[in-house]
Amino acid sequence: MNVILVWSIIAAQTMLGLAMACATFRMLVGPRAQDRVVGFDCLYVTAMLMMLTIGIRSGNTLYYEAALIIALLGFVSTVALAKFLLRGEVIE
Amino acid sequence: MNPMAELSLVETILVSSFLTIGAAFTLVGAFGLMRLQNFYARVHSPTLGTTVGTVCIATASMIYFTIIGTRLAVHELVAIAFVTVSTPVGLIILVRAALFREGSGSGRASSSPEGR
Repeated sequence: MNVILVWSIIAAQTMLGLAMACATFRMLVGPRAQDRVVGFDCLYVTAMLMMLTIGIRSGNTLYYEAALIIALLGFVSTVALAKFLLRGEVIE
Repeated sequence: MNPMAELSLVETILVSSFLTIGAAFTLVGAFGLMRLQNFYARVHSPTLGTTVGTVCIATASMIYFTIIGTRLAVHELVAIAFVTVSTPVGLIILVRAALFREGSGSGRASSSPEGR
């Protein structure tokens, strides 16, 4: 039965990797700046989910904290980039 | 090193299905981000990953660490709550920035004169 869990973890990591590739495509190709910011938003959320999946795979609780830090810094980065697009500067 | 030997069949199937469903929803959302046509259609698509994907994968992690740790591990609820709250806030500011940029005519959206 552990074979089921191992293969489902491999499948989940493959799908999350493809999702990160799609987000990276939109981040690199996106026609305007806000498309790139949306791609970055999707990229960090997917990286956070990938961290949780790696934590399940290794049985270590440490990866959860890395995932939480990725979520925090990604949210701050998205808001800072959107604020920059809106006003032209981040801190007024 | 890898303590996967302690799971029964039902628990294994539960964790595996939550993992696979969450990853599949995230993949569908990111694929929509890649394929949809304009910005306002693209901005809604990754939220499929941030809601259903995050809840499913964090639930799988909660179940797994509760089983192998033989005590209740609910700290993934913090991640669920934070991502669920923070994503709409960031996207609202981003869509407001996009509306501002298209309205003020920076770039090729300046077909309308300054009457806007």
